[in-house]
Amino acid sequence: MYNLLRAGIGLALLSLAAAPATGASRFIQDPYPSTYQPRSSEAVLIHNATVLTGTGQRLDDADVLLRDGKVVEVGRALQAGSEVRRIDAHGRWVTPGLIDVHSHLGVYPSPGVSAHSDGNEMTAPVTANVWAEHSVWPQDPGFAEALAGGVTSMQVLPGSANLVGGRGVVLKNVPTTTYQAMKFPGAPWGLKMACGENPKRVYGGKGTAPGTRMGNVAGYRAAFIDASDYIAKNTAKPAKRKRWFGGDKEDSSGDSGGKRDLKLDTLAGAIQGDIRVHIHCYRADEMATMLDLADEFGFRIAAFHHGVEAYKLADRLAQEGVCGALWADWWGFKMEAFDGIQENIALVDRPANSCAIVHSDSPEGIQRLNQEAAKVIAAARRADMPAIAPERAITWMTANAAKALGIEGKTGTLEAGKNADVVVWNGNPFSSYALADQVFIDGHQYYDRADPRSKPVSDFRLGQEVR
Amino acid sequence: MIGARIKTAHALALLLGLAALPATAQDLLIRNATVHTASARGSLSNADVLVRGGVIQAVGSGLAAPAGVAVVEAEGRPLTPALFGGITEIGIEEVSGEESTVDSTLTLGEQPLRPEFDVTLAYNPASILVPVARVEGIGFTALGAHTGGGFIAGQGGVIRLDGSADPIGPRALYLRLGSAAAELTGKSRAAQWMLLQQAVDEAHGRLGSDSPHALLTPAGRRTLADYLAGKGRIIIEVDRASDIRQLLRWSAREKVKIAIAGGAEAWQLAPELAQARVPVFVDALGNLPTTFDQIGATLENAARLRKAGVEVSFTQSGDASHNARKVRQLAGNAVAHGLPWADGLAGLTRVPAQALGVGDRIGSIEPGKLADLVLWEGDPLDVAHYAEQVWLGGRAMPMRSRQTELRDRYLPRTAQP
Repeated sequence: MYNLLRAGIGLALLSLAAAPATGASRFIQDPYPSTYQPRSSEAVLIHNATVLTGTGQRLDDADVLLRDGKVVEVGRALQAGSEVRRIDAHGRWVTPGLIDVHSHLGVYPSPGVSAHSDGNEMTAPVTANVWAEHSVWPQDPGFAEALAGGVTSMQVLPGSANLVGGRGVVLKNVPTTTYQAMKFPGAPWGLKMACGENPKRVYGGKGTAPGTRMGNVAGYRAAFIDASDYIAKNTAKPAKRKRWFGGDKEDSSGDSGGKRDLKLDTLAGAIQGDIRVHIHCYRADEMATMLDLADEFGFRIAAFHHGVEAYKLADRLAQEGVCGALWADWWGFKMEAFDGIQENIALVDRPANSCAIVHSDSPEGIQRLNQEAAKVIAAARRADMPAIAPERAITWMTANAAKALGIEGKTGTLEAGKNADVVVWNGNPFSSYALADQVFIDGHQYYDRADPRSKPVSDFRLGQEVR
Repeated sequence: MIGARIKTAHALALLLGLAALPATAQDLLIRNATVHTASARGSLSNADVLVRGGVIQAVGSGLAAPAGVAVVEAEGRPLTPALFGGITEIGIEEVSGEESTVDSTLTLGEQPLRPEFDVTLAYNPASILVPVARVEGIGFTALGAHTGGGFIAGQGGVIRLDGSADPIGPRALYLRLGSAAAELTGKSRAAQWMLLQQAVDEAHGRLGSDSPHALLTPAGRRTLADYLAGKGRIIIEVDRASDIRQLLRWSAREKVKIAIAGGAEAWQLAPELAQARVPVFVDALGNLPTTFDQIGATLENAARLRKAGVEVSFTQSGDASHNARKVRQLAGNAVAHGLPWADGLAGLTRVPAQALGVGDRIGSIEPGKLADLVLWEGDPLDVAHYAEQVWLGGRAMPMRSRQTELRDRYLPRTAQP
């Protein structure tokens, strides 16, 4: 009943029901808040492992202590009471839980029937008003397979048909009935934008704008001009001289002006830095154009996604603090992917202050992000580049991914106080033969390879499980 | 350790680069390799392989180098037959999204069933996809016809990626069954058997070629009749167990040689497939119910099939052509999920060569076979390792592609940390 009421009069009650963080802009109030609750967890000491901390360190014969859902300590010969569960990880490797910054699980779920095609609102080129979370089907069997691949968090994004596809959402990879119960508490939303061939093909094919790359850019600019105007209208004017007969009509937050526009809320939130901008963009020249667009309207780009030509722009990406979320080896499936090389991630990783990320964009790829990284390490070695150590490569799918998503304060590394999102691997994770043995999210063990019954079974699979 | 290996690789490239040797040099002694023969001899440690005139002459230890024969010191590294790249469109498509560069699919509105359609006629050995796959240790591929206008897609053949223009061995006929082809068969998979039976009747002359109901052209009848007579294998893309069961009944009745590609639920019929000697090209990374035909998909598909005695090879459902090199990852993951390593390698070498009718020439390291070889920097089934040198017909292939050219253009341009 409460939920019904809230849904029915959500707009009117917004500021009450959404309980935004103190001082949060009205553009990012959340009427669909996270209901995620960490599951109970016992204290665990994983000992004698090769530990990749996600901070660039490798510790051999090391231990990781988890308690109350947090990483307590990482180091050698840790002491723990007899009540602490011990996992002998001799010969095994331990890493932070993997994070995929680019997934369509839930919005393009399996089975991929027409009724499940919920990832692209292909009805207008700018749909900043739609939120991917409202398409997420928590019963997608792909979530459990990604868990078995060590993925503990992911960003689910709208597709790339539109110039501005809508808001993405960061999820914890836990089995639930509602997406709200997966929603990563406190994680900022992403804004999905797309360069290049997809938007111009989708809309140009319908005889509407954009039909060209210049049409694409005109479309982004028009949208951000509207958003800038919207911000101006919603920003408190300098206080006027108070008159004895009237109060100040501006409210204290300054977010009072006019009817809400969901599309402009999202774009305004992006300009103000509260929503992270993630841009599907393949070609180096188009990435440079998007960097100029960001300057024109005063927003920051968190990451270019796919970026098969990111290697041509690696220094600039590092200088501007923009991550490259990339594949190891996809190329050639369309013209803008023609210049893909297998050293892309390694080259983007190379400059100082770089932020290279392995992403999947695929329900298969998300299950083996570690293997994607392994390909890059091998390709770099083949190219006679300086050796890429495992402790470095792990950051591509942990710390750097967390940074791009704005959750680096909570997960992505094995440091005291971080969420106990942890994977125990059967060996070096950078191999075709690597398998996740155990996966913990906030200290709760969600997967144990030795116990097939531990793997979550989506409602869809019931009655037709594969044994 | 790694540095030493790189130096070795570079020395090898210098020694064997095309500039350093005449292009016709097809004599070679590879010494002290771990030779994975993909034959009954299995894997041999500290073994040598002697190549004369592009053909493997001897495999053993302590082989002497005849005068003038280049010697490669393998230092114990793995040597395998050049790998199978899966069923692909290498050389018959350049950019998947650009129709003007794609020749793998026939879409004729009138009379869509054209088994006589042969994609090998479109093969372009100058395609940039050829070296991109080759530098990764891929030596041959099955060019496949893709389903376009009809569920009988047409014919393909085996291409060696040595720059030669023509296929080797027999053609194969490609067919698709199940939900993915239902749109082409009146929206029911049941109609696939109805139409196939009629096509067979026509090939056997049981329906006059002038009949208004005829599905096939006279050339199509002759082509299909060849396959019904066992002159080539029919490769069927199919996933659902119930469809595979119907297929086995059909192939037994018509006495045709078939193979299955995809086969997500093939493991459910593993004993029947083994008994009927039907090889399966598995997409070993498929474990999701991507469609309702793949409810039973599992990463153990390859292992379960092999355990029952089925010959298992690999092929990808996704970006099979541009990323043909990913086929190694399929095999490695199948091994991680229970397939014996030797069967993983066989699935990339001997098994597909035999299934495609070219096993007498390629697919294993044995005297008399073409010297299509790869020297690896580490385990060839592990993506953590790469191909150091590829020889096709005994010729050292340049380990370059358009991608390495791009890499080397931009590698020096970005800052070192």
